[in-house]
Amino acid sequence: MTTTVQTTPASGPRYSGIQIRNGALVSLANFFLLIGVLLAAVPFIYMISASFKPQNEIFTFPVQIIPKEPFFDNYTTLIGETLYLRWFLNTAIVAVGRTSLSLLLCMLAGFAFAKYDFPFRRVLFVMVLASFTLPFEVVLIPLYTMMVRLGWLNTYWVLIVPFAASAFGIFLARQYALALPTELMEAARIDGSSELGIFFRIAIPNLRPALAVMGIIFFQASWNDFLWPLIVLNDSTMYVINLALPTLRGPYGDQYGLVLGGAVIAVIPIIIIFFAMQRYFIEGIMAGALKG
Amino acid sequence: MASSSEFSPTGRRYAPGTPTGFRLWWHRHRLTIIPYFYIAPFFILFAIFLAWPVVRSFYLSFHKQQGISTPTFIALDNYINLVADPRFKQSLLNTTVYALGSLFVQIPLAFILAAVVNSKLVPWANAKSFYRLSYFVPLLTSAVIASLMFSILYDYNSGLINSYLVRLFGEEAKVGWVRNASVVKVSIILLLVWRFTGINSLYFVAGLQNIPKELEEAASIDGANWWQVLIGITIPLMRPVILFVTVTAINGSYQIFAEPYLLTGGGPRDQSLSIVQYLYNTGFSYFNLGYASAIGYTLVTIIVILAILNLRFFGAFREDQ
Repeated sequence: MTTTVQTTPASGPRYSGIQIRNGALVSLANFFLLIGVLLAAVPFIYMISASFKPQNEIFTFPVQIIPKEPFFDNYTTLIGETLYLRWFLNTAIVAVGRTSLSLLLCMLAGFAFAKYDFPFRRVLFVMVLASFTLPFEVVLIPLYTMMVRLGWLNTYWVLIVPFAASAFGIFLARQYALALPTELMEAARIDGSSELGIFFRIAIPNLRPALAVMGIIFFQASWNDFLWPLIVLNDSTMYVINLALPTLRGPYGDQYGLVLGGAVIAVIPIIIIFFAMQRYFIEGIMAGALKG
Repeated sequence: MASSSEFSPTGRRYAPGTPTGFRLWWHRHRLTIIPYFYIAPFFILFAIFLAWPVVRSFYLSFHKQQGISTPTFIALDNYINLVADPRFKQSLLNTTVYALGSLFVQIPLAFILAAVVNSKLVPWANAKSFYRLSYFVPLLTSAVIASLMFSILYDYNSGLINSYLVRLFGEEAKVGWVRNASVVKVSIILLLVWRFTGINSLYFVAGLQNIPKELEEAASIDGANWWQVLIGITIPLMRPVILFVTVTAINGSYQIFAEPYLLTGGGPRDQSLSIVQYLYNTGFSYFNLGYASAIGYTLVTIIVILAILNLRFFGAFREDQ
């Protein structure tokens, strides 16, 4: 019990107090954690590797992570013989459209709730918060009927407009805007700035991190959406990627090469965002905890 | 544009800073009026695309509407039929099993992972961040992509999992992951564990880092063992995070759709059918809109009741919350 095992490398953190008593325990714990990492990564690696294999090699066993010779036909077929580029474009248009519209609506409203005092402010905000608890599925039927009436089926509008007013978005926007110093606004007002000028020249530039965090949340939600597109799109030229991928399995549901290639391309934008804006991405995911 | 201009629209000259009429009124009240313009776009969309459908759906749930026919009032018939509907009961059971799976498999696993990563069992700072980063991997995929990946791994004859099982235990060890009625729910829970354990673990890590180290160390110096520290200090201080994770996981489980829909189509024999998929089938395959709305409202009721129970259970109404 008194023997302390020095497992820390020289550059590692120094921690005071109780020393690690048992090197074996440390190795065991890390062994299991690494298995966990492996399990998390396996489906992902498998997907990438299989997308570079011909259909008859995907299921060969034991698995070869690096294909014998890289096979690009899945990708060339995807781009040459399916509407994949169109689907990708559709998904991108919808995601960018919904993100921009949501950001504008939520920032304006969140800013108003945080920095202005007006009658019914509390009631209106509580109303928005209450809608958090509602599962989206409850509006599915009337919303669909409304889209039919508006003639919006198989358009971009149907995917962009109904979800632009995000309750979570307005909540986050208000949370961030509360931290904005009121003195800054007062000073601008004395200098003769209009209120809209204050929003665009003071609030927005100072809330860039909030824009990044919320933008990532909205973009990812739109990019990954499935149920709503499934209901309102039936014209294959208007499909978004998520809707199109399962159809690539072919009539017997076994053409996995194409599906996996399509999935790999579909994940790339999210991975780029993750690595380019890691801090905001993580903050966005953790922002969920603010709700609690 | 605001009060700084010295001229009224008629061109008459006023002393600077003394607006009259509408301008005076506007100058005095603009700070309570402008915010309404700011929130208006949000609330207009909110009213049209959320508030109104919520009300309309409630209305429809007391009506019979087949396709585009006119709704006819049938009072509680939809709800009464729902109680007796074997398919609905099956979907409720399946979905509850998914929720229990996240409650008793996913969340404890996530907590253990977080506690271990945050403890001295992982003494290296860069190992800690490596583990944390790897938790994000499953989050980069969508439900659709995850389901498609797993449908390949679960393939009966040549999927990766069965291939390994056969290699280790022989031909009869093959599992019908998506075709065996008594296994499908496990397959779906495993998929959910893969997708969401990481994120929940991240929430727990964040919560654990907020607990002052001195508290736990003081307790262990006073002779408390790790179990007593966990029960007496760590878990009580983690209550808000545990509450959040539990409510989110239960909410998410009851709203699950894409995974069973794509992996098994709800089968075999409805053994993996989720509530939302039943709603979807009812509304968009059978066009029974009133009945589908009643399913929607039953789902709302379940989710709200479970959320309240959770709040009670974790004592979130206490002062210190």
